[in-house]
Amino acid sequence: MKNLNIFKKPIYQYSLFLPIVCLLLVLIVNLIQTPNFFKITVQNGVLYGFIIDILNRSSGLVILAVGMTLVVASSGGTDISVGAVSALAGAVCIAALGTGATYNVPYIVSILLALIMGMACGTVNGYLVSYMKVQPMVATLILFTAGRGIAQLVTGSFILYVKPEQFGYLGNFIPGVPLPTPFFVAAFLVFITWIVLDKTPLGMYIQSVGINRDASRLVGLNSKLIIFFTYVFCGMCAAITGLISVSRTMSIDANNVGLYTELDAILAVAIGGNSLRGGKFSLFGSVIGAITIQALTTTLYAMQVSADQIPLYKAVVVIIIVSLQSPVVLKWFKTIKGKLSTRSHQMVKEAK
Amino acid sequence: MATKEILTMRHITKNFIGVRALNSVDFTLRAGEIHALMGENGAGKSTLIKVLTGAEEFEKGEIRLEGFDHPIINRSPEEAQDKGISTVYQEVNLCPNLSVAENLFIGREPKKFGKIDWKTMNSRAEEILHDFDIHIDVTLTLDNFSVAIQQMIAIARAVDMSSKVLILDEPTSSLDEQEVGKLFQIMRMLKERGLGIIFITHFLEQVYEICDRITVLRNGELIGEYKIENLPRLKLVACMMGKDIDILEDIKEEQSSSKEKDEDEIILEAKGLASLGKVKPFDLSVYKGDVIGLSGLLGSGRSELARTIYGADRVDSGELKIHKKNLSISAPIDAIKAGMAFLPEDRKEEGIIEDLSVQENIILALQVKQSMFKLLNKKDQEEFAQRYIDILDIKTPSKDTPVKQLSGGNQQKVILARWLLLNPEFLILDEPTRGIDVGTKTEIQRLIVDLAREGKAIIFISSEIEEMLRTCNRMLVMRDSEKIGELWDDEITQDNIMTAIAGGGRA
Repeated sequence: MKNLNIFKKPIYQYSLFLPIVCLLLVLIVNLIQTPNFFKITVQNGVLYGFIIDILNRSSGLVILAVGMTLVVASSGGTDISVGAVSALAGAVCIAALGTGATYNVPYIVSILLALIMGMACGTVNGYLVSYMKVQPMVATLILFTAGRGIAQLVTGSFILYVKPEQFGYLGNFIPGVPLPTPFFVAAFLVFITWIVLDKTPLGMYIQSVGINRDASRLVGLNSKLIIFFTYVFCGMCAAITGLISVSRTMSIDANNVGLYTELDAILAVAIGGNSLRGGKFSLFGSVIGAITIQALTTTLYAMQVSADQIPLYKAVVVIIIVSLQSPVVLKWFKTIKGKLSTRSHQMVKEAK
Repeated sequence: MATKEILTMRHITKNFIGVRALNSVDFTLRAGEIHALMGENGAGKSTLIKVLTGAEEFEKGEIRLEGFDHPIINRSPEEAQDKGISTVYQEVNLCPNLSVAENLFIGREPKKFGKIDWKTMNSRAEEILHDFDIHIDVTLTLDNFSVAIQQMIAIARAVDMSSKVLILDEPTSSLDEQEVGKLFQIMRMLKERGLGIIFITHFLEQVYEICDRITVLRNGELIGEYKIENLPRLKLVACMMGKDIDILEDIKEEQSSSKEKDEDEIILEAKGLASLGKVKPFDLSVYKGDVIGLSGLLGSGRSELARTIYGADRVDSGELKIHKKNLSISAPIDAIKAGMAFLPEDRKEEGIIEDLSVQENIILALQVKQSMFKLLNKKDQEEFAQRYIDILDIKTPSKDTPVKQLSGGNQQKVILARWLLLNPEFLILDEPTRGIDVGTKTEIQRLIVDLAREGKAIIFISSEIEEMLRTCNRMLVMRDSEKIGELWDDEITQDNIMTAIAGGGRA
């Protein structure tokens, strides 16, 4: 359906146009500032370089952003508990495996437990939002604050370390594979989500509920169930991110895993050109948004900005990106374009 | 009675985007009179009041108020208040977290040495409420009291402030009989004092109990100003609903007398179906080929009856049978699966999914009905959408255009297409022709009759009674959330309907 239009619409009218431009802008700055930014080298059989680093580090955020996008689309609200939930899921995984030389339970069981934990958190959030009609931010604030507390209970307030080397595969590299594993996980999740949303009517239902809950109910949709489902899915995404995160460090620090990532996830959705009021959404917009945020951080590191100053620069760039996409600025662009075209018309006329 | 004119509004014209809300409306209020402003919803009553109080601007016309030698224009309700015009709205417009006394005096607190004089304020508040026979602790916050008391306090506040004109916009909807009596007492007292009172209500009895004059509006036009004794109830209802001469051809065909329906032809049967606070228990049998009209003033429960059948409003009691089989409807999807379709009254709030495309809006209900998870074939989707765009002549740049970019009438057709696509056996159309031009209206009416001929059943709700006269073979009459009667075939005449609505005689 959309493919047919590709040739009809000017490129800048695409919802993905601005997010992509923003990402390219960040990358172009690198091209000038850090010439070796795009260099990829092979060390120990795996690829190294800033670009690889961006793909690697952004994976967790991409996964969070996918879940967040659906939550925003269906309910017009945000799930601010994802950071805490990812810590909790990570804690459950490691607590199940234990800190011994061998796993206490099979690895797959711990993964499943973590995913179930994430979905359970999503169930709580979704129930409060859709059935109890609590405002999304308030509803998810509960796990935002309680989630890490529960995680501390699970770990006994210790930082736990996992010994078997294979535990690190998920968050780093699998021997013999040149690309980082999180990249594959994120790509797989995005692909599956996209297929489900595009090849089943679920994508349309989610948008429909997000745009007009009452009208959706009258055409037979179970609006509440659909909203509920998006929160459960978002909880699962948070759990996956948590698993990657604990695997990366081979440890769980319940106070730090996924800290502030909920804000980055929301930002990724916004940078992706999605309205936080819900309704129409672009999954790939959010993915690009997430990569842009990570690209920005990596860029700042590459420019040797010290870690404690990074948030400041990041904030400035985010302000620019977000205002570039604001309706006011877009309108302003249109007016300028209109003026330019009338002027060129006049010039043509005068020339005649 | 002295009939000094204290307020005159002349040739007031006001447009909302694309819609004429008021067209050269005149209104005159005399001192010491209670003047009812009547009309159905959308007739322009509220707009006229908003123009008067400055809540809305107006384009043409002038307003004169006694004591001003030039036309006045109020730019805000505060300005109107300063000139002696105050309003009580249907919903309580006070601050629930302030005390009763504060609410009464907010913005005009009695002061002593620049500070609020609480003592005076509280004692004066008690005095004011004493007039209304309300004896409460005025230092408690407003939310301690029932909505009725709150409404009385709002009225007390307005009465205390108004020096010339008091506007009561449906003040009685949350009051019980006794409280209404009290309010009327006070209104009579104010009338003695020479105030002019504008009274808006949907309750006809109240109009005849207290008002001196009636001004009727319809579709933003002034129908007339009448002395109460010159306008009997029946005529008032006729004025409000409009009795325009029917210029359109009669499209209803002679149908077999519907009273002798074959029992096998029954599609739907409701027994004692009710939704708390919305519609009182009603019975209804629907047969193949029925076109059932629902008449009654707005707010009489017409839409609610239809919504209850469809499961759009919660069903609290009663039973529903489809083809003689019991059916419990807990959500619209159950009704859809049973072969129903429902076009809601409020297109924007409950009809269109505004950011979705025309095509998505059309196929949405079919998609949901057919399969929750298996997407309809893309080609079919396009074909369905295109077919109905052609059949209903929907004017849209393309089927991928967001539906919000279409005009109101075309949006309505999109929703109609959505439901026709389901090929429903029983179709509920709540105001399907609202905001649609005359030609299309006739087409929709013809469509209704055609569908009935194919053996479908239709419930058709319209504010325009002629439409229903032209298409319906049965008419349910509603009053005060209750189905008060059914008219069949030849009994369906304007007079009979109005008699039933006005409450005189049998239905």
